[in-house]
Amino acid sequence: MEKKKTPMPEQEPFERIKNFNEVALGYDEEDAVKEAGRCLACKKPSCVKGCPVEIDIPGFISFIKERKFDEAISKIKEKNSLPAICGRVCPQETQCEELCVLGKKDEPVAIGRLERFVADWERKKGMKTPQKVVPTGKKIAVIGSGPAGLTCAADLAKLGYSVTIFESLHKTGGVLMYGIPEFRMPKAIVETEINYIQQLGVEIRTDMVVGKSIGVDELLQDFDAVFIGTGAGLPMFMHIPGENLNGVYSANEFLTRVNLMKAYRFPEYDTPVRVGKRVAVVGAGNVAMDSARTALRLGAEESLIVYRRSEKEMPARKEEVEHAKEEGVRFMLLTNPVKIFGDEYGFVKKMECIQMKLGEPDESGRRRPVPVKGSEFTVDVDTVIVAIGQNPNPLVPKTMKGLEVGKHGNIIADEDGRTSIKGVFAGGDIATGAATVISAMGMGKKAATTIDKYVMEKK
Amino acid sequence: MSKIIRKENLAENTKLFDIEAKLIAEKCLPGQFVILRLDETGERIPLTVADFDRNRGVITIVVQEVGKTTFQLGEMKIGDSLLDFIGPLGNPSEIEKFGKVICVGGGVGIAPIYPIARALKEKGNKITSIIGARSKNLLFWEEKMRNVSDELIVTTDDGSYGRKAVVTVPLKEILDSEKIERVVAIGPPAMMKFVAKTTLPYKVKTIVSLNSIMVDGTGMCGACRCKIGEETRFACVDGPEFDAHLVDFDLLMSRQKMYLDEEKKALKRFKGSINYGEKENTHA
Repeated sequence: MEKKKTPMPEQEPFERIKNFNEVALGYDEEDAVKEAGRCLACKKPSCVKGCPVEIDIPGFISFIKERKFDEAISKIKEKNSLPAICGRVCPQETQCEELCVLGKKDEPVAIGRLERFVADWERKKGMKTPQKVVPTGKKIAVIGSGPAGLTCAADLAKLGYSVTIFESLHKTGGVLMYGIPEFRMPKAIVETEINYIQQLGVEIRTDMVVGKSIGVDELLQDFDAVFIGTGAGLPMFMHIPGENLNGVYSANEFLTRVNLMKAYRFPEYDTPVRVGKRVAVVGAGNVAMDSARTALRLGAEESLIVYRRSEKEMPARKEEVEHAKEEGVRFMLLTNPVKIFGDEYGFVKKMECIQMKLGEPDESGRRRPVPVKGSEFTVDVDTVIVAIGQNPNPLVPKTMKGLEVGKHGNIIADEDGRTSIKGVFAGGDIATGAATVISAMGMGKKAATTIDKYVMEKK
Repeated sequence: MSKIIRKENLAENTKLFDIEAKLIAEKCLPGQFVILRLDETGERIPLTVADFDRNRGVITIVVQEVGKTTFQLGEMKIGDSLLDFIGPLGNPSEIEKFGKVICVGGGVGIAPIYPIARALKEKGNKITSIIGARSKNLLFWEEKMRNVSDELIVTTDDGSYGRKAVVTVPLKEILDSEKIERVVAIGPPAMMKFVAKTTLPYKVKTIVSLNSIMVDGTGMCGACRCKIGEETRFACVDGPEFDAHLVDFDLLMSRQKMYLDEEKKALKRFKGSINYGEKENTHA
C-alpha cells in the first residue's frame, strides 16, 4: 500500500499568485478511488472520534472504493450539511486524520480530500433535492448565517422545524463569505451549500441586524427558541502609535473588502482596497496567511508575515503556511511591531519593530515572547494588516438584558448550547471566541439537538 | 429590495429620497444611520437618517452627489429599488430636557440635524438653530428647520442668502450673550472642528456626528475608527455621535481621504458610462 497520501493537484505558485482561483484543484475519480483504497475500514474507527460532527468516515470512504459516490455523499450528509466547505477548510490534521491508525507509521488517509471530492462530485452532477419531512409546527430563529448558524438551521430543518435565519450582511455565509478568500473557499461553492440548506426549507433574511433592526426579545415572542451564532467579528488592534494611519487595516476590513465586496475587481465593483508595494501582516494564524496571500494577488511586490513568536508557535494550519511560503510570503519571526510611521498625507510609510526571544511558557503553554532590549529596527511598508485575532461580536449580547457574558464578551453557554436565558441558545465563536469553522459547526449541531429537546418538552 | 416612493431636488446636487422601509422606520430614532447598497456590484455607504415616518413605514434620506454611488442614486427614479437598505444603525442621539440648545447644520448636514432638533424641541428645550452653506443654491429645509426651532439663523459663506458668515460667527455671538446648555452640530468635518473650537472656551457640551468611511456598519471592520480623547472608538457602534471636544478631527479628515484616487476613478468611469457631466470634445 502507498505510504503517502495520493497527492492533490494544485495551481503552480507562480501562476496562482496572479489570480483568485482556487489553489487546490481536488481529486479526480481515479485519485479518489485510489486514496479510498488506503483506508483499512477499522471496525472501531478512531478517526470518527476526531470529527466534531461525527461523520461515519469509514462508511463514506467504503462507498468511494466501490465508486458509489451518490451513496458516499448521502452518508456524509447524514451528519454534515456543508461537506464541500468542511472538505476544504477543516483542520483535518488535528482532528480525524490525526487519529487515523495509518498515521502512526505512514501518512493518514486523506479524509478531507475525499470529503471534498464527493461533495464536488455531487455539485457538478446537480444536487439532489432533499426529502420533505413532517413539520413540527414549531418555529426557530437563528441569528447569524455562518458555519454555526447554518449547521444549526439545517439540522433543525431536517427535524421538521420551520427555521428562519437572520443575517446582518447582504450575503449569507458569515465568515465563509467575508473572511475566507475565494482562492481557498470559492464563493460559488458556499452559495451552492446554502441553496441546499434553503431547499431543506430554511428561510434566510439578509440585511437584518438583530439588536438593531429587530430585538432578540421580539424574536422570542414569535419563535419557540432562538439560536445565537453571531461569531467573532470584533477586530483586535495592537494599540500602538500610528495604528489609525491610512493603510492600516484590520484583517477583517481588508478581507471583507476583497471577499464580500469583491474589491479585487474594482472598478467593476465599487468597493476599493489599497495594497501598496510592501505589505506587512501582523500575526500568524489562518487569517494572517489569508491576508498575506491576498495581498500578493492584489499586486504587492512583497508580503511579510510579522510574528512575535517562532514558526513552531504559529497558529495557522501547516498547509496554509506552506502555501504562503510557496507563493513567496516572507516570514519575519520573533518580531513585534512597536510603532507605525506615516508620511505627510497620513499614509503608512514604515514600521518600527523590535526583536523578541522566547522566555518561559505562558498560560497558553507556548513560550512567552519577550522583547530584546535595544534591538529596534524599521521596515519600509505602505500597508499594515493587523491579524492578531477577533473578539466575539458584542452587538447581540449588548442589547440583551440578563444574558450572561464572559470577560472577552463571549456568551456563556454550556456544552449543549444553553445560555442563561430560557429558550436562548448559542454556539460557535460567539460562545468560544475565535476558533475554526468545524468547531462552530459542531456546536451548532449540538445546540440543534438541545433545542429540539427543549421545544418538544415545552409542549 | 427597498423602493423609492418619493424623490425631490432639494438643492444643487442634493436630493431627497423617501424609501419604503417599514421595519427600519418602526425602530429608527434621531441620530441613527442606515447603510445602503444600490446593486450587485455596489459599495455599502452609510447615511444618517434625515427623517422617519413610523405610520407610513418610510425613511427619508438626503444625499449630496459627490461620488459614484451618490451620483448613481441621484439618477434613480420613483419606483426604482435599492438592493440593500440596512438599519437603523448606531446609537440614537441623547434627547433630554437640557434647557437652551443650539442645533447647527452645515450643508447636507442640515438634513440629519432636523430630526434631532425636532426631538429636542418636543422634549421642551428652547432651540436656536443655525443652518449654513457655501451659497444659496446649497441651502434647503429653511421652513422645516424654522418649524422646530424657537429661533433660526441662516448663513451663507458668500452672502448670497441670509447672513454672510460661517456658522461659527452667530454661534459665538449667542454663546457670548446667554447661557447655553448644549450644542449639537452636523456638517463637514472642518465645520464641526471649528464649532468644537468655538464652544470649548465656554465649556458648553458639544455633540457632533461623525461620517467616517464604513463597510459593514456593525463593528466588524474597524474602517470607521476614530480617536476620541485617548481612545480608539468605532463610529458605527460606539457613535456616530461623540463629544466634540474629544474628537480628533484632523484624523477624521485624513482617514476620509483614504480612497480619494479610487473615488475619482470610479466617478469618472461612471460618468463616462452614462455620458453625463463633462462634455468633452464638444465645440458648441
